[in-house]
Amino acid sequence: MSVAPPLLAVEGLTKSYGGIHAVRGVSFSLRAGEILALIGPNGAGKSTCFDMLNGQNKPDSGHVRLLGEETTGKKPREIWRMGVGRTFQITATFATMTVRENVQVALISHGKQLYNLFGSAPNFDRNEAGRLLELVGMGGYADRPCGELAYGDLKRLELAVALANEPKLLLMDEPTAGMAPRERVDLMRLTAQIAREKSIGVLFTEHDMDVVFEHADRIIVLNRGTLIAEGSPAEVRGNPQVQAVYLGEGLVYDARHREGTSA
Amino acid sequence: MAFYVVQFLTGLASAASLFLVASGLSIIFGVTRIVNFAHGAFYMIGAYIAFTLTERLSGAFGFWGSIVLAALAVALIGVLVEMVLLRRIYHAPELFQLLATFGLTLMVEDLVVLIWGPDDLVGRRAPGFKGAIDFFSQNIPSYDLFLIVLGPVVLGILWLLFQRTRWGVLVRAATQDRDMVAALGVNQKWLFTSVFAVGVFLAALGGALQIPRDAVHHAMDLRIIVEVFVVVVIGGLGSIVGAFVAAVLVSELNAFGILIFPKISIILVFLVMAVVLIVRPWGLFGKPEAAARKTPGLTVNPWRPLTSNERLASLAALVIAATLPLFAGNYALTVGSEIAIFVIFAVSLHFLMSVGGLASFGHAAYFGLGAYGIAFLAKMAGLPMIVCLLLGPLLGCMGAAVFGFFAVQLSGVYFAMLTLAFAQIVWSIAFQWVSVTGGDNGILGVWPEKWAASPSHFYWLALGVAALVTIALRIAVFSPFGYALRATRDSVLRSEAIGIDAKRIQWTAFVIAGTTAGIGGALFAYLKGSVFPDNLGISLSVDALVMVLLGGVETVSGAVIGAIVYKALNIWLVSQTDLSKLVLGGFIVLIVVVFPKGIVGMLEMLAQRRRKSSPPGSPLLAKPIESAE
Repeated sequence: MSVAPPLLAVEGLTKSYGGIHAVRGVSFSLRAGEILALIGPNGAGKSTCFDMLNGQNKPDSGHVRLLGEETTGKKPREIWRMGVGRTFQITATFATMTVRENVQVALISHGKQLYNLFGSAPNFDRNEAGRLLELVGMGGYADRPCGELAYGDLKRLELAVALANEPKLLLMDEPTAGMAPRERVDLMRLTAQIAREKSIGVLFTEHDMDVVFEHADRIIVLNRGTLIAEGSPAEVRGNPQVQAVYLGEGLVYDARHREGTSA
Repeated sequence: MAFYVVQFLTGLASAASLFLVASGLSIIFGVTRIVNFAHGAFYMIGAYIAFTLTERLSGAFGFWGSIVLAALAVALIGVLVEMVLLRRIYHAPELFQLLATFGLTLMVEDLVVLIWGPDDLVGRRAPGFKGAIDFFSQNIPSYDLFLIVLGPVVLGILWLLFQRTRWGVLVRAATQDRDMVAALGVNQKWLFTSVFAVGVFLAALGGALQIPRDAVHHAMDLRIIVEVFVVVVIGGLGSIVGAFVAAVLVSELNAFGILIFPKISIILVFLVMAVVLIVRPWGLFGKPEAAARKTPGLTVNPWRPLTSNERLASLAALVIAATLPLFAGNYALTVGSEIAIFVIFAVSLHFLMSVGGLASFGHAAYFGLGAYGIAFLAKMAGLPMIVCLLLGPLLGCMGAAVFGFFAVQLSGVYFAMLTLAFAQIVWSIAFQWVSVTGGDNGILGVWPEKWAASPSHFYWLALGVAALVTIALRIAVFSPFGYALRATRDSVLRSEAIGIDAKRIQWTAFVIAGTTAGIGGALFAYLKGSVFPDNLGISLSVDALVMVLLGGVETVSGAVIGAIVYKALNIWLVSQTDLSKLVLGGFIVLIVVVFPKGIVGMLEMLAQRRRKSSPPGSPLLAKPIESAE
């Protein structure tokens, strides 16, 4: 239909460690505004795949393109400059700086003022920082030292930081890991809402199937390094191969009663 | 040919002691993660005690018994030190551990002089190994042959100890993952204590075995510790085989370096170390460490620029300082100038260390380069003073640009060791390249021009420059660059994920800090009227660290206060007592253990406690950083 390249196009991504094929020929794509979940059991190659998208790891072969532009082999910071924001499985924030300062650093980097030695950083894009914090519901915490925050709030802060460069794509590695059930729902709702409003593509890995089936527009499933299924939540849920991977083969019971609680 | 063989054997013999001391350091680091700066001090005490015992006890048994007894006695001292001091700082940032053990070293240096006197002591020869063996008309002392055999024997014993005993298994396990070992129910306290005792025993044995070869003197600790750092860094911290191979390598480099490059023999070893660190930062036989859990800072107190009241107060303090020449004498003004210069030096290190999280153990190199820059420009090029003051620090800038590029590739302990090594390279050049630097005699007659020559004028000059530098660096702390630098300190991972080139930011900070230190050094050259290799020595580097620490590593203005208090105290102490190192060392240990936030940190804490008489009443106030042990 459209001739424009997709927001994210992954083609034949492959990586092996010694004799172990961590990821084998994985291809998929992602449209702007779409929320795509990457799932699979432990050891399926999710993290390896994810790290190759964000520049942490280099693929043996295959391509990753953002709006048609090659990102394969680029460093994380270069990929960020191309408009990719990310959050970490274990939050990485600047612990001795305040919540606002955390966002300001990202804004400073976005504004290419990193080597400005004489400006005033406390006043740098203060309003924009405040706006981003409001957006993720952290407006009241701006002057808190980041090291004092509860884990769920750190995750929100990471989201605000990831949004600072007006990204086209958000990569979220297990965004709700380590959070209370209530917080998980809130964070994913917020992410989905922002993504749709700003037409940001979101790719996330996740172990919590409740989160995956409720928020993803589409799901791709990895097992032993290969893509075994792709489709809407309903399609993936009904896929016998996926059920076999998650529930084991040979067991006869209705997967629908177990949905959402597996993994 | 025979000559080279003998030279080779001499190198091997020197390697034995070096290996003993280095393996001890390596074992201790492997388990406790402490880089024990005091290891050289234990080596020295071992030599002194062995000297005394061998003088008292006679006969073959007396000699060899004395050597072992001395090592055991020092191991006992080590146990005491571990239980009283180190147990308190296992969870402190590594900088504090390095400084506390350095403080110990200072104390020991004065103590041995107090007990054994300042003169070199020549020990007895070893019974049975008094002669020399003729090798194609070259003499090889038979004691050297004994040492050559001893090295591999000790290596074998250590190997058996670690592979075949239960204790050795625990030590190896703890080296890999001490938390896991603790979780399995091993009493960590005693494991650490025993490991420390063994490490210290090896150091002391190394010292004791030196007495038939070398005179015992009170400066042998610093010499050996620098060599040992080099050995463990080349071999890989935590690896005993690595320590052995590197000890041989370093000793042979020393033995042949003298023959081949007499001018740069000292720097040869350091160059090898620098190359190893860059190619294999974890050493030849070490393992790359999983990104260590970062020791969190002590406070989570956010930094903020001064309020207008505080600005007024600082200005008032500056004005009061400027009135000093109205009532003080020339001596006080010279002291005042020196303090102002050290404020510059301290704030430059603070910028690198507190803001950038890069604790340099060789910051004096750039201070000294600034000083030598002045000496070259003023003495050799004959340029006017103003021009010299503007250009001199450029030498510090260039040094920082070159060394900083390599240093920022590493972090933590390795960064500290590499900066130390670079500083030693610069020191060696200043010391050995006599035709240019004058070597130990330095460059004399670097006096300021008339307009700045009187003590009061020079004081105003120094004070003015110090104020300007402090203000400029403070602006930089709260500039976008300052935020980016703090970001790389807190999390490199996150910095890279938001487009920050962490190494380039850190490199820039290194160059800024080096240039600023150079400004201090430039003024220092004019103040003293001369330049010596000591201006870039280790002890000056440590002075800078202590000044920052005393003021408070985690504060913005601590360095200024720390420099004033420390320098004033230091000058006063030296005039009051001969045991200034003892007092100073005790003082450093005291700060680290009971006063880790420094003066300004303490004041801030008190002020804050007064402000929050009632708790903020938030459910979120679980301080994860402070409660993380």
